[in-house]
This record gives sequence, structure tokens and C-alpha cells, in this order.
Amino acid sequence: MTRSTEFLLNGSLRLALHTLAEGEGRPLLLLHGLGEQSPMSRPAWTSAWNGPVLALDFTGHGESDVPVSGGYTPEGLMSDVDAVLAERGPVTIVGRGFGAWVGLLIAGARTSLVQGVVLFDGSGVVGGGSQPPTPYVNVLPASGTTKPDPYALLELSRDPRPPDYALDYVRFVLEDSEIENPIVVSARIRPEWLAAVAADIGVIELPLEQAIASFA
Amino acid sequence: MASTDQTREFPGAKAPDRTGSIDSSGLRLALNEWGDPEAPVLAMVHGGFDFSRTFDVFAPMIAEAGWRVVAWDARGHGDSDHAHMYGWSADVRDHLAAIQSISSEPIVLLGHSKGGGQLLDLLDGRPSLAKAFVNLDGLPSQFSSPDVNDRERRRMRRADLASGLDRRRRRNELTRRPDTIKGLAERRQPMNPRLSREWLEYLVTVGARHDDEGWRWKIDPVLHLGGFGPWRPGWSLDHLAALEMPFLGVLSGVQDDPMGWKSRHSDIEPFLPPGGRLEYYDDIGHFLHIEQSQLIADLVLEFLEPLR
Repeated sequence: MTRSTEFLLNGSLRLALHTLAEGEGRPLLLLHGLGEQSPMSRPAWTSAWNGPVLALDFTGHGESDVPVSGGYTPEGLMSDVDAVLAERGPVTIVGRGFGAWVGLLIAGARTSLVQGVVLFDGSGVVGGGSQPPTPYVNVLPASGTTKPDPYALLELSRDPRPPDYALDYVRFVLEDSEIENPIVVSARIRPEWLAAVAADIGVIELPLEQAIASFA
Repeated sequence: MASTDQTREFPGAKAPDRTGSIDSSGLRLALNEWGDPEAPVLAMVHGGFDFSRTFDVFAPMIAEAGWRVVAWDARGHGDSDHAHMYGWSADVRDHLAAIQSISSEPIVLLGHSKGGGQLLDLLDGRPSLAKAFVNLDGLPSQFSSPDVNDRERRRMRRADLASGLDRRRRRNELTRRPDTIKGLAERRQPMNPRLSREWLEYLVTVGARHDDEGWRWKIDPVLHLGGFGPWRPGWSLDHLAALEMPFLGVLSGVQDDPMGWKSRHSDIEPFLPPGGRLEYYDDIGHFLHIEQSQLIADLVLEFLEPLR
């Protein structure tokens, strides 16, 4: 099917939520990588999913609005996904790259509404590393409507991701989830935060298509 | 709740001599200035949930000694624009935009609390901005209290996460609760327990706006104390050790001040940059420059004297 798009409000900004496949039951929500946007059609690797397949453009990306003067943080962008949860109820998430990081955070923050999360390779999976990177502060011209927003690329590629911080969110998920294996790592690239998550006793590893099938 | 009593005075408090604004990538930040516009510049950066008019007593003292004092409101605070997104790095960048708009030469920078911590980050990356740096109780060392175990820390983070997301879901409906000047001052008192009611009522008249229902703080209602993220105190201390300009740090030793960072002299001293100076007052609270304005102004002026 040709994707259809609706717009959700997060504060004063519009977020583009695309429907890539119709269906009954719990949706599969795709979160793209840093600087990317949602796919135009359903990816083949989602074929095991019989329910709806949705994809969200993060703030400053794709068809979503660009805020004035940045201020991007992964924690702040959790509210993008939370706007989908408020509108559509429980989902299963597949996050690519930066979307994997946000997917883990929101899974830990909204444990009753995120029923399974798959962490997959993609742009922005590393972030700024376990420690803050070398300080780099720069003021960019007002970006207007440029997408991806240059501030998103600047700020979301430098956010620190300590492994113990990531594991806090793993604990939040595991303490609450009624699913046997609610976090699945399908990524091959393993920055320190993701290596720590994958090594946790409550987390399993599966190839992407099998991971999605495990939640279907 | 409307009040006709809309002004307060406070001994030594002086409205800015000049006001203006700064553009930070399209976001307007409100600017206030005291003193001779031709004098050397000293920029003041306020802390979280404060605003530049909290310098109304301290700034004129510095200005009176021959400085052009400049201070701006952080995004979402005071008279600055509310932003869609907030974050430590965005604040740091706003400070850079402000400083670059004020002077192309190195200036003296002074930051209180969160403002001081953010200047630490900025000056590690952009040391040429400052010819000296004064940090007033903005040197974090034990953000996580040592008697909080991991389980409790996670519980606190989790509660913070949920409340933060809930607040963002409702952001289009959020407003600051209206009150009288006295009522708003009373509600601020728990954050500033060592500051006089007279001062807090004065702050209401310069930091809140009045409408048909009463006074409301100007700060963006989506902002809340705490926040969440992976930040940890040691990262700021790394920035402190890297500084290369003359440095004066001033610590409050009052351990039960709710807004204080509770760093001890021994926590910070090992990270002082070469030649850095650290003063510790165990009887002055977190808002040193308000609680003991003249003492702290004299200390800062004495430190800056060789730089004039």
C-alpha cells in the first residue's frame, strides 16, 4: 500500500506518523535513525507482523516540524514516541540506530505501553560514547525548515550514553514487563551501551526478522 | 485575586540601566545591563529556575565599581522566549550566542549554580571567550547523595521520567498558577529558605507577570526541577581541571539548602586549574550573591582587580 500520514501534536509542533500497513491488533512502530526519515513503504523485514505497521518521523526529520533553536536530547525525543502511545495505545517498537536508543528509553519509561522493543543497527547508534565527547559548542544559523535539522545532527550525535544508564532502562523494562523477552538486540554494531544491554541476562539476541516474529 | 499592589522595593535593588535582546538561532533571549556601557564587560549567568533580575542587588554593586554588567535570561526563563525543547547543551549554546553578541574580545564570566556549571562546559570548549571566570556554587561533586542506594536512585529516576513525560503530554494545557505577590513569594520560599520574604516578594514583581487572575511566574510551565539524563558530576569537574584562565570558585557549605550542590572544599580542590582559587563559606547558603551580596561582590572585585 502507499503509506498514509497523519499528524500528531507534541506541544506546538506537528509529528508525522505514517501508516505503512493496515491491520488489526497491536501496531509495530518503526523509529528511524539519526538524520533519516520513515521508509516510504513497508520494509520486507516486517513481513512476519500481521498487525498495523507505523513509522514516526522524529522532530526535525522527515515530514515532522523543525523547532526553533534546537535543544535536542534523546530524553526529550521520548516525548515524540509518547505522543504516538497517547494516540494509539500499546505498540511494539523496532528502533534503528538512534531510534534504537530512544526505543530503549521509552520502553523503560512507558513499560505498560511498549510491549517489546527490537534494537537494530542504523545511523546514530553510537551517540557521543560512554563519556562526554570533547567539548564542541557552536551556534548555527536559524535553520528554518531545513531537514534533517542541523541541530538534531549536532546534538544527537554527541549525547553521552553510559552503559549503566542504559541498564537502568533495561531494569525498568524487565521489572514490569509481562513478556518473557521484552528486549531483543538484533544490531551487529555494539557501542558500549548496546554491548552492556545485550550482555544483560534478561535480554536476548535474534536476527531482525526473527526478533519481530517473536513479538507478533 | 487581582491586586492593585503591584510594586515592591528592596534595599539596594536596582532595575537594569538598559534592556535588549539576543538572537540564538531564532530564539530571543532577554538581556539586561547595569553600569557604564563603555566599561569592561562582566557577564552574569543565572541558575536554574532563576532569571537575570535575580542579580538586581549584586549586579549594581559590581557595576558601581566600574564594570558593564550584562545578564540574560535562559530560554524559557524570565523574559526570554519559551522553546520547544530544553537541554543543558542548548543552554550552553545560548550562552555562547549571548557572549559573542556582546563582545568579540575575552570578557569576565560569572555563573551561579547551573549557570556556573554550564560555563564550565562552555569554557572547556571555548576558552578564548573569557579573561577570567567566577563560579558561585556551581561546582557539582555529589549529585547523587551517598546514602541513596542504586535501587532508590533508579526509583527516583523512574518517577522523574514518568512525571516529565506526563508534563510534556499536557504542555499545551499547562499554565503557571496565579497568586498574589505574597502567595507567590510564599510558594518560592521552600526553594530559597534562607532568603527574606521581602526579597522574594520583590522577585515576584520582576520575575512574574500580572494578569486578571493575579501574578504568575514567567518561566515555561513545562520546565520542572530535576530533569533526567545521564549527566554526572565528574564530567563537570573534568571541565574545571581543563580551564586555563584565572579562576575563582566560591562554595556554599550549607548542607541543607535545597537548591545547593553541596560540594565540599575537599571535593573540588583536587580539580582546580593551575592558579585557581577556591573560597568556602560554611555559613552562607547556595544563593551567596543574594544572601551576602556585599561580601561576595567585594570578593569578586578583589579577585578581578589585577585584570583591570
